[in-house]
Amino acid sequence: MCGHVTVYPIRVKDIASSCVLRLLDYRKPEVESLAELFGAFDSSANHNSLEWRLPLHHHPDSPFHFVRLPSEDVARNIANRSILVKGIYEPWGEGSSYEELEEAIRAYPDEWKLPYLSSESTFKITVDSFGKVISFQEQNDRIRGLSYIPFKGRVNLRNPEHKFWLMETDNYGSNNGLPPIVQRRIFFGREVGAADRKLLPTYQLKSRTYLGPTAMDAEMAFLMANQALVTPGKLVYDPFVGTGSILIAASHFGAMTMGADIDIRVVRDGRGPDCNVWSNFKQYGLPMPISLLRADNNLPPWRPGLREVFDAIICDPPYGVRAGGRKSGGRKLLKGTVGPYTVPDDKRTDHIPSTAPYSLVECVHDLLDLAARMLVVGGRLVFFYPVLREDDSIDSHYPDHPCFKLVASCEQILSFRYSRVLLTMVKTGPYTEDIAESAKMKHLEFKENHLKWLEDGNLHSAVFSPADAQLGGASDSKSSKELKPKYRGKYV
Amino acid sequence: MRLLTHNMLSSNIKGVTNGFPLRLEIEKAVEKQVDFNVDFLKNMFVKIEWKALVDASRAMGYVDLPDQTEPSMLDSDEFLKKFHHALLELHLEEGALICPETDRRFPVNKGIPNMLLHEDEV
Repeated sequence: MCGHVTVYPIRVKDIASSCVLRLLDYRKPEVESLAELFGAFDSSANHNSLEWRLPLHHHPDSPFHFVRLPSEDVARNIANRSILVKGIYEPWGEGSSYEELEEAIRAYPDEWKLPYLSSESTFKITVDSFGKVISFQEQNDRIRGLSYIPFKGRVNLRNPEHKFWLMETDNYGSNNGLPPIVQRRIFFGREVGAADRKLLPTYQLKSRTYLGPTAMDAEMAFLMANQALVTPGKLVYDPFVGTGSILIAASHFGAMTMGADIDIRVVRDGRGPDCNVWSNFKQYGLPMPISLLRADNNLPPWRPGLREVFDAIICDPPYGVRAGGRKSGGRKLLKGTVGPYTVPDDKRTDHIPSTAPYSLVECVHDLLDLAARMLVVGGRLVFFYPVLREDDSIDSHYPDHPCFKLVASCEQILSFRYSRVLLTMVKTGPYTEDIAESAKMKHLEFKENHLKWLEDGNLHSAVFSPADAQLGGASDSKSSKELKPKYRGKYV
Repeated sequence: MRLLTHNMLSSNIKGVTNGFPLRLEIEKAVEKQVDFNVDFLKNMFVKIEWKALVDASRAMGYVDLPDQTEPSMLDSDEFLKKFHHALLELHLEEGALICPETDRRFPVNKGIPNMLLHEDEV
């Protein structure tokens, strides 16, 4: 069926006038991931991307996009599952004025319109204007203005079979922080699918019993699960599980989950018998994780022959900006200030091993090696990677690996200087002996040069040091900053 | 800790070459029901070290897993149910995992195996 389907990803917060437009970079990758999940792509095709088109005069951050999808079922599935899409609509017409709109709707073939206008059906028309409240009277006038469409069905506002939308963008003076809209544009379309608006309120962090300081917010966790193509029966692993917020999203979509953390208090004890990682799953009626364990991502305890067991690895590694990463081995030991230490036999049972800081580069190296070994071919690795915003060409700095192809990178600005980028990678080739061998060499090199890597990879000091201590000239960094739109990723 | 986890873990102490399978020291075992998912079981079947699973399930007191398997058994509901039960529903709540080579004890408390190594084992 149908040609163009409009994606209209505004999420209206509480009241109609306060729109939230965030995570703009994340929208297209999410739709493309879900399109793949719901079988929109020919499996023989090499490059899985959709055909996108912007409405006339709209800028790339527009709330409206046109996208070509293979079927209405795919469109409905994407809309129902998506976090950032508000709805997907079959466009019946658009124009810069109501006259143009009428012309376009009249020209839209009857055979595509009439099945939804029949006398046995029920329908509803909603008027939505982006960035402005329209009075009830105005809304009714606009709906009456559509009388040239031969609606034969009965109006049902509560539970209509067919939902139609009249949507408008214009320069109302305030554009919610977005670049000015050059010219008014009006769309009329039939809703094919809409987002599940109960999902995020159900899982919002403030209602969750057990939380840590770096718990992933529900919206982002669900977005990560979508990027990872989570479906029922898949096995999803988070090597930095913390309070389990990412696995909760994966579990909601039916995955079997496993998590590890180096901090045993978080993963085993929580804040008591009714406030821990297990209770978080119980709170939402989700199946318990298949496994939680205490392990070090630097020295994972998986049996040597184990390969290709996880369908997805999703995580937010500790990069030392908000929470510092730790790995096995004493701090002083790795520094070389004390010699090798042997734990006395009588103290072994309750011995608490000391840990050392874990540098960004080493952490990412270990994560990619783990993912290369443990993901199935075609499985996805979805994780956050920090970047300093002074960097002009951040693309070249993303980690890569011979087993992986980067599918999407979405920036979320966290502060003036620091962003995190959600990287989505797909495993394209097997973990060979050669790759395993070079990973082992690299692991030893990290161990030998522990201090050097810590200094090179210290993100905390780069993010929190005084401004004039920043790398590069001040004038350079200023000009690069101006190139980036300031509203991105923020509430606007 | 479920036996699926046990089947994936080994002792990774420096110098240990045969860290799998870890022996089970059982203080408290419980059964926890898990939804049956045939596709998941079929995916996992090829990844599992069968003998280690059979031995572990017997140590946990479940004796219904056959010693030998063949791929055709995956068509049998009866087999899949047993496999499901052994892999996902038997749960070591308190006890330990013992390194087969060094006898190092990795404690399991509240169902969480503690696989972190001491400084001199890294």
